[in-house]
Amino acid sequence: MLTVNDLHVAIDGKEILRGVDLNVKAGEVHAIMGPNGSGKSTLAQALAGREGYEVTSGSVRYQKLDLLAMTPEQRAREGVFLAFQYPVEIPGVSIALFLKTALNTTRKQKGLPELDAMDFLDLMRDKMRQLEMDESFLSRAVNEGFSGGEKKRNEILQMLILEPKLIILDEPDSGLDIDALRFVADSINKMRSPTRAIVLVTHYQRLLDYIVPDVVHVLSQGRIVKSGGAKLAKELEKHGYGWVEAEDMAKQVA
Amino acid sequence: MTIATKSLDELVGREYKHGFITSVETDQVPRGLSEETVRLISAKKNEPEFMLEWRLKAYRHWLTMTEPHWANVHYAPIDYQNIFYYSAPKSEKDGPRSLSDIDPELLRTYEKLGIPLKEQEMLAGVAVDAVFDSVSVATTFKGKLAELGIIFCPFSEAVQKHPDLVQQYLGTVVPYTDNFYASLNSAVFSDGSFCYIPPGVRCPMELSTYFRINAKNTGQFERTLIIADEDAYVSYLEGCTAPMRDENQLHAAVVELIALKGARIKYATVQNWYPGDKQGRGGIYNFVTKRGDCRGDSSHISWTQVETGSAITWKYPSVILRGDNSKGEFYSVALTNHFQQADTGTKMIHIGRNTKSTVLSKGISAGHGQNSYRGLIKVLPGAENARNYTQCDSLLLGDQCGAHTFPYIEVKNPSAKVEHEASTSRIGEDQLFYCTQRGIPPEDAVSMIVSGFCKAVFQELPMEFAVEAQKLLGVSLEGGTG
Repeated sequence: MLTVNDLHVAIDGKEILRGVDLNVKAGEVHAIMGPNGSGKSTLAQALAGREGYEVTSGSVRYQKLDLLAMTPEQRAREGVFLAFQYPVEIPGVSIALFLKTALNTTRKQKGLPELDAMDFLDLMRDKMRQLEMDESFLSRAVNEGFSGGEKKRNEILQMLILEPKLIILDEPDSGLDIDALRFVADSINKMRSPTRAIVLVTHYQRLLDYIVPDVVHVLSQGRIVKSGGAKLAKELEKHGYGWVEAEDMAKQVA
Repeated sequence: MTIATKSLDELVGREYKHGFITSVETDQVPRGLSEETVRLISAKKNEPEFMLEWRLKAYRHWLTMTEPHWANVHYAPIDYQNIFYYSAPKSEKDGPRSLSDIDPELLRTYEKLGIPLKEQEMLAGVAVDAVFDSVSVATTFKGKLAELGIIFCPFSEAVQKHPDLVQQYLGTVVPYTDNFYASLNSAVFSDGSFCYIPPGVRCPMELSTYFRINAKNTGQFERTLIIADEDAYVSYLEGCTAPMRDENQLHAAVVELIALKGARIKYATVQNWYPGDKQGRGGIYNFVTKRGDCRGDSSHISWTQVETGSAITWKYPSVILRGDNSKGEFYSVALTNHFQQADTGTKMIHIGRNTKSTVLSKGISAGHGQNSYRGLIKVLPGAENARNYTQCDSLLLGDQCGAHTFPYIEVKNPSAKVEHEASTSRIGEDQLFYCTQRGIPPEDAVSMIVSGFCKAVFQELPMEFAVEAQKLLGVSLEGGTG
């Protein structure tokens, strides 16, 4: 579904990603781990097409499409979803209006009829029940005054409504207590399907206790230095990132 | 410049796509201003002696004044001797015959704004048939209002039919000596609206649809006088979201509101005059004096304005809080794009005890637009327990526009509480990216974010008007009304 080939990305002229290769098939969950500053978030944002993230070389294929040639909204409409680490506040714009606009633009793209207000509200209420969100959320402004946990829940809500094919989660565990973490993880697990791929960016192994990945990659200084199965995450927890980095260093010297 | 600001600039950089046709007027008083002109205008309108005297006093006073230049706006000098001060209402047959004669771009704008077909014709100046729907609608309204004793008519008609009311109230809120433009208006005003609500009467309809129908040809020196007698209520809407064809560059209107004991007046304006081209050439100068007088105890006046048009806007709808326990409110959205300049705000003058005022101003600047908020909160010595809350927020789109805030606070009573909050923010790339990442096109995202920013003001507008205002903001940001 997603093939990243030798991707180089610079921000303000500074190279952050230095040749990332990644191959994600439908049905798989890939975890991208790595220390702070290794480029995890940059990879997530670059895949979603954020302005200012300059791709200096490399290519990204997504379902036969040249992802890098598409605008952020085109990518979104083709089913690429980024759950933000720090979702931004949009004062005065209700979640209901925001999501209805997003959903109907996507539906139009797919040639589906737009949902009217009643059908949309039914859908929202249903998904909000699943997430144990209070109905008052409907009329609250997007992320305005939300707690950390509420913001993450709101990201998951959008994911459930938009039903994307490629889900990129940027540290969905940050700022959550253990109960909230378990809840978010459950919701993500429910999204797993043979037709959908998930790329999970995380700093800590603890999230992977709840969402067991098919493949774990370690990102260090802008490159993937090690890949393996779910066990790799456990080893990382035991030895720390220094262990992989030292190993990589030794390889380069040799 | 990052790519995001570039795309923002593209969004707001599109041009106002239709020009304006200048047609030659036939029945005009020659250019220029003199005592003779004033007499001629008054004579043509067949005005009673007191009106002429008032106009002349205003004119003589105007001669002693100089054009004010303290506002944060810049424009070439105005030649007051090169303006036509009177032209007879245009003959219907001079106008376009049907909508097919109208610039298709203008029609597209009307469609985008959802203006009904008949109104499109009115706005575009199409000659309309006498049996046309809205004329009969207007007659029905008139009947209904008359039953309640409400007077609502063109100012010139009020001068003829209700001279005592006009004489009693005209100039009592904005005297003819008030300021340069108000004096000019007092001398030469063409027409406008007059409204009187008798004691205890609640005006059953928003005076909007009706007004729109009557809004034609009110001219560049418009004069409005609204009186709500004791315990009366009226909600009044001025203007229209659709761009109006207009050939006069200088607009100097005066609006006076008078609320007697326990009365309430809500006055809403949506202003969308021609803002000029991308370089700011040819737009309308809107120099307006609007003031309300809470004359009686427990009276209440609120101003709500959505300003998106004109090259230069210079207006400060104000409230004099004379009666004890009276309330004044000002809610404003002002948008400047391209080279538009707006210096707008309010004055709240607290005179009575326990008077309260609320000011909520939202300024949006795009392109090279310059937006200034200027507000005066004045609490006089007798205004025990006066309260004011002011909030002014500015939103910037792109990096070549400006937002300025000039708050003036004068408090002469120690029991007063005055609060002022201000904020300036930019439409963040973060917000824009968050929206586009969910599939929302950037132009829709910008108008959604801007509408959200203005929500608190839109809530003060009557429902249907709020929807129109929201659409108007979207269209204005696309680059004027085209």
